[in-house]
Amino acid sequence: MSFWRKAACAVLLLVLAVSLAASWLAPAGYAKQDRDAAGAPPSHAHWLGTDEIGRDRFARVLYGTRISLLLAPAAALCSTLLAALIGGLAGYLGGSWARAAMAITDLFLSLPWLFLLITVRAMLPLNVSPALSVLVTFLILGLLGWTAAARVLCATAGSLRNSDFVQQARASGIRGTRLFWIHVLPNLKPVLYAQFWISIPAFILSEANLGILGLGVAEPLPSWGSLLKELEGLVSVGEEPWKFVPLILLVVVVTSFQLVLSKQDEVAA
Amino acid sequence: MLGRKIARHGLTLVATALLGGFLSATLIRLAPGFDADEAALDPHLSSQSIQALRQARAGQDNILRFYFHSVHQALHGDLGTSLSLKQPVRTLLHDRVPLTLRLVGLGLVMGWAAVLALALTAASLRVTAYELLATVLTGLLLCVPAAVLALLSVLWNLPGALAIALIIFPRDYRYARNLLDKAYLLPHIVTARAKGLSELRILFWHVTPMVGPQLLALAGVSVSLAIGAAIPVEALCGLAGIGQLAWQAALARDLPLLMNITVLVTLVTLLANSGADVIRHVWQSQQA
Repeated sequence: MSFWRKAACAVLLLVLAVSLAASWLAPAGYAKQDRDAAGAPPSHAHWLGTDEIGRDRFARVLYGTRISLLLAPAAALCSTLLAALIGGLAGYLGGSWARAAMAITDLFLSLPWLFLLITVRAMLPLNVSPALSVLVTFLILGLLGWTAAARVLCATAGSLRNSDFVQQARASGIRGTRLFWIHVLPNLKPVLYAQFWISIPAFILSEANLGILGLGVAEPLPSWGSLLKELEGLVSVGEEPWKFVPLILLVVVVTSFQLVLSKQDEVAA
Repeated sequence: MLGRKIARHGLTLVATALLGGFLSATLIRLAPGFDADEAALDPHLSSQSIQALRQARAGQDNILRFYFHSVHQALHGDLGTSLSLKQPVRTLLHDRVPLTLRLVGLGLVMGWAAVLALALTAASLRVTAYELLATVLTGLLLCVPAAVLALLSVLWNLPGALAIALIIFPRDYRYARNLLDKAYLLPHIVTARAKGLSELRILFWHVTPMVGPQLLALAGVSVSLAIGAAIPVEALCGLAGIGQLAWQAALARDLPLLMNITVLVTLVTLLANSGADVIRHVWQSQQA
C-alpha cells in the first residue's frame, strides 16, 4: 500500500471517528439555537461560528458529516446489489435478457445524472419529515445509481459465462441459480467491490448537489449539501472564510476516497 | 451502410424517447399527490364545479390513456400548461432553449479547448511537474460538487459557461489524457519521433487519426454532462434557461412540465451521442 493510500485511509478513519463522536464533541446538538449569537463569527463557544438562526456550525458540520459518511456507503451498497442482480444476471443469462437489461440501462443513462435525480426527487413529496427526507435522498441515489455498474457487470458476467471453468461446471451437471451463485457471482466480487467504492464519493457529491439545490436533506437535519447552501449568501470569498469549512472537509473526504480507489479503478477497468 | 446506421440511430432515438416518456408518465401518474387538485379545496366552488373538476381529471386515471393522450397532444404541438408558471409549456421551452444551447455550447467549447490544450501538452512534453500540476488540478475539480463551482462562479463574477467548462473539463481530461498517452507510446509514433519528425506533424499525421474517433465519442458523452451541469449553473447563477426551468419545476412539483423537459433532454442527449457516433463512423470508413 502506497504512502498516499495509507494517508487517505487514515484521514477517512479520522473523519469518521470524529463525526461519530459528534454527541461528545458538540453536546449542544445540531438544532439548538443560540438566538443571542445568530450569525456570529468563530469564538470559544462556537468554533466555526453560528448560522443565521444561531445554530452551532461546528456541531452541524460533525452531524452532517456523519449523515453523509454513513448513508452514502449504504446507498452505494444498495446500488451495487441492484447492479449485481440486474447486470450480473443479464450477463450470465445472455441473449435477449442481456439486450433487454442493457436497453433499460441505456434508457437511464440517456438522461444526465443530476437531471434524473431531480426529476425522480420531484415526483416524491418534498414536505416530508427530515428523517424521511434523508432516507428518500439516499434511497433515490441507491436505486438510480446502479446503471453504469450494471453495464460493467453485464460484460464481466457475459465473459465468465463462456469461460472454461463455467463450461466445465455446466458439463458436470450444475445449472441455473446454483451455477450463478457458486461459480459466477464469487468471480464478480472484485468488480463489485470496485463499483461499491467508486459509488461512495459519487453519491456524496450528488447529495451535496441536491442539497444546494434545495432538493436534498430537509432542515433542521444537516448534511454537506445543506451546509454548502450557506455559501449562496456570501458576497465575497474572504467575507466569512469559516463558511468554507464544510467544502474543505468534503473535498478532503472525496479526495481521500479517490486515492483509496486508485487501485479499485484498475480492477473495475 | 451509413444510411442503415443513421436509420438505426433514428429508430433507437424514437424508441428511447417513447419509452422514456412512458416511464415519466407512469412515474408522474403514480407520484403521491397527483390525484389531489388544489382548486377543489376552494370553498367558493359549488359541488357541481368540484364534480366537473373531478370529471376533467378522470381521463388521467388510466396510465396508458394518460400517456397516449399526452403523446397525441404533443404531436399536435400542444405540450400542455405548466401548473406552477401557468403558461404553455411550449412557450416556456421556446423562450428558454436558446439560452441553454448557448450556455452549454460555449461551456463545451471552452471545456474541450482546455482538455485538448492540457492533454496534448502533457502527453507530448512529458514534464513530470506539468503532469503533476494537471493531475492535481483535475483531481481537485473532480472533488468539488458542480453546484459549488456554480456558486463560486457567481461569487467571482465569472460567466456561467466557464462553470460548465470547469465541470466537464476534469472528467474529459482524464479520458483524453489516457488515450493520448497510449497513442504516443505506439511503436510507429515512437519511431516517427526518433526519426526527427516535428511534434506538430506527429500530432496531425499520426496521433489525431488514432485518437480522433474516440475523442469524438467522448465529446458526444460530454454533451450529456454539460446539460446536467446546466441545472446547477442556471439555477444558482440566475440564468433563465432549461436547467433553471427544470429546477423550478422540481421544487414546485410541476410534473407535466418536468415530463416535457425530460423528453427534450433525452432527445438532445441521444441526438448528440448518435451524431458523434455517425461522424466517427464516417471518419473511420474514410481512413479505411
